[in-house]
Amino acid sequence: MKTDRIFGLGVVCVALAYVASATQIESGFLSDPVGSRTFPYIVGAIAVVCGLVIALRPDDDPAWPSLSTFGRIALALVVMYGFAVTLRPVGFLIPAAVASAALSYLIDPRPVAAIASGLGLSIGLFAIFKFGLGLGLAPFGRLLTG
Amino acid sequence: MELFANLAQGFAVALTITTMALAIGGCFLGTVIGSLPGLGPSNGVAILIPLAFSLGLDATEALVFMTSVYFGAMYGGRISSILLNIPGDEPALMTTLDGYPMAKQGRAGDALVLSGVASFVGALLATIALMLLAPILARIAYLFGPAEYFALYLLAFCTLGGLASRNQAKSALAAVIGLGIAMIGLDNQTGLPRLTFGEMHLMDGVDFLVAIVGLFAVSEVFIFIESHGKNSAIGVRLERITIPVRDIVNSFFTMLRSTAIGFVAGVLPGAGASLGSFLAYMAEKSIGRDRDSFGTGNPRGVAAPEAGNNAAAGGALVPMLTLGVPGSGTTAVLLALLLTLNITPGPLLFEERPEVVWGLIAALLIANVVLLVMNVPMVKFFVRILSVPPWILLPGITMVSFGGIYSLSGSSFDLILMILFGLFGYIFRKIGVPTVPIILGILLGNKMEDSLRRAMVISDGDWTYLFSSGISTGLWIAAVAGFIAPMFLRRFLAKPEPVAD
Repeated sequence: MKTDRIFGLGVVCVALAYVASATQIESGFLSDPVGSRTFPYIVGAIAVVCGLVIALRPDDDPAWPSLSTFGRIALALVVMYGFAVTLRPVGFLIPAAVASAALSYLIDPRPVAAIASGLGLSIGLFAIFKFGLGLGLAPFGRLLTG
Repeated sequence: MELFANLAQGFAVALTITTMALAIGGCFLGTVIGSLPGLGPSNGVAILIPLAFSLGLDATEALVFMTSVYFGAMYGGRISSILLNIPGDEPALMTTLDGYPMAKQGRAGDALVLSGVASFVGALLATIALMLLAPILARIAYLFGPAEYFALYLLAFCTLGGLASRNQAKSALAAVIGLGIAMIGLDNQTGLPRLTFGEMHLMDGVDFLVAIVGLFAVSEVFIFIESHGKNSAIGVRLERITIPVRDIVNSFFTMLRSTAIGFVAGVLPGAGASLGSFLAYMAEKSIGRDRDSFGTGNPRGVAAPEAGNNAAAGGALVPMLTLGVPGSGTTAVLLALLLTLNITPGPLLFEERPEVVWGLIAALLIANVVLLVMNVPMVKFFVRILSVPPWILLPGITMVSFGGIYSLSGSSFDLILMILFGLFGYIFRKIGVPTVPIILGILLGNKMEDSLRRAMVISDGDWTYLFSSGISTGLWIAAVAGFIAPMFLRRFLAKPEPVAD
């Protein structure tokens, strides 16, 4: 009940913000009868209605995980974010090993298995990507090779 | 006889060594992906698209490869359903109902072989039906103007949520989220940026591959972290494998009926494979003399959803190829592949690129035979794949997703966007907002808007033009009915709960 009420109100807020930013869309000199703004308005309006319906007629709450699980999901997000921003400057091998070891540990907290899967995945997938598929991935980025 | 000439042309394309190798490789990879617990056809195909694209295959080859993966994943999905009681995706849910009880009774091998044969019958007959029906529908599609296309897109959005979600407001919301995201980027008509908030990376819009991989693959990681990887292999042992001739003969008509039901469900835009397997199972359950044994390990309860599921997969290709409107989550992913390859599905595809269409159809026929051979005698090999533990599998999926998207765009921005889609995918799955309409919205949003705007230009702003032809009026009525009907039918169509241990 509570989840859907909060979610529905959140949807209404985002949808209103969406419509508000749609009013700022510049239209060209040669405009067609519909114009650049109408479709975003329609989309935003339907979203507002959906948000209201969800908030007013909520479903039962889903089974949310415990606070510690949320902590681990947040950690996973941080790990992925770190991987995304280091992939270019540091190259594939090291960030991939760290990120997959960390994700592995977050799914099943066994350090040795996690490190092994981190190393294995990083080197194995790099070999497949680079030599099997010919993707343009650098093993070590500019930051390391200077 | 035009059909045979076309088919001959198709086989000429499909029977080259490269294409055959790609078809067989795709079938193998697809079955592996399908049998990995937690990976189904749509996320399996999704993470492979960026890779297939960077391989530099031509359009036909890429299409043959990815559809082989798709069909392979449909076959493979039954393995984890039957042995682990874990469906790889929504349509495979129905197979767990009788497949897992059968496996617990020590008949795992029988269930696997029977479902393999049922998949073959469903997919083969559906491919033949696709061959006959698609050219006819392509001819009808010539009658479609912008008003009709607008109504057709609307119909797809209205029916897609239909049975997949328990809450119509949430499935409608999912569609408008997708449509809203599609608006981001340069306006097709004026060339001016919309809703980019001055961010250069958003000028080209949000790449649908980023959204697909995020929503389908990255969100899976969060789901597994939540479940502590508990869903891992504690399944049923597979002893020896024999051919259950009696079960196959007994369920022969079940397979035929389920194929027909599944194919029709697949052809309906938006309805798709889950509806196909569901209706096929329910139909068999309601006409059978032994209806009480459904859910306790009835072989026909295994054959029906598998034939229906695979027939629907073939049927879903009909609207996807002829009209550009996908009928299921996975065909939405395949549409994304076509668009990436610069192939615009639609009636013109049949005229201008017959080698793509008929090469694909020929490849499907070949893939089916390959899959039957691969899945019946070699099923023991694929069963081993089930024991890949989640703590290797999920980091692996993440790395493949990141590697694929990065090799396409080379920007950290897209990777971060993908992570965000993954997080929202997780939240939406918890709340019960279906993710497939979001993908469909991103894929079709600009086309839907363009058809609306073109219709309004033709009619000089007269809104009644949208309902002016018989086809468009019919589609509007079907759309409204498709959206409202599930609200009343839901009580009768309640999904059977999966068996608990």
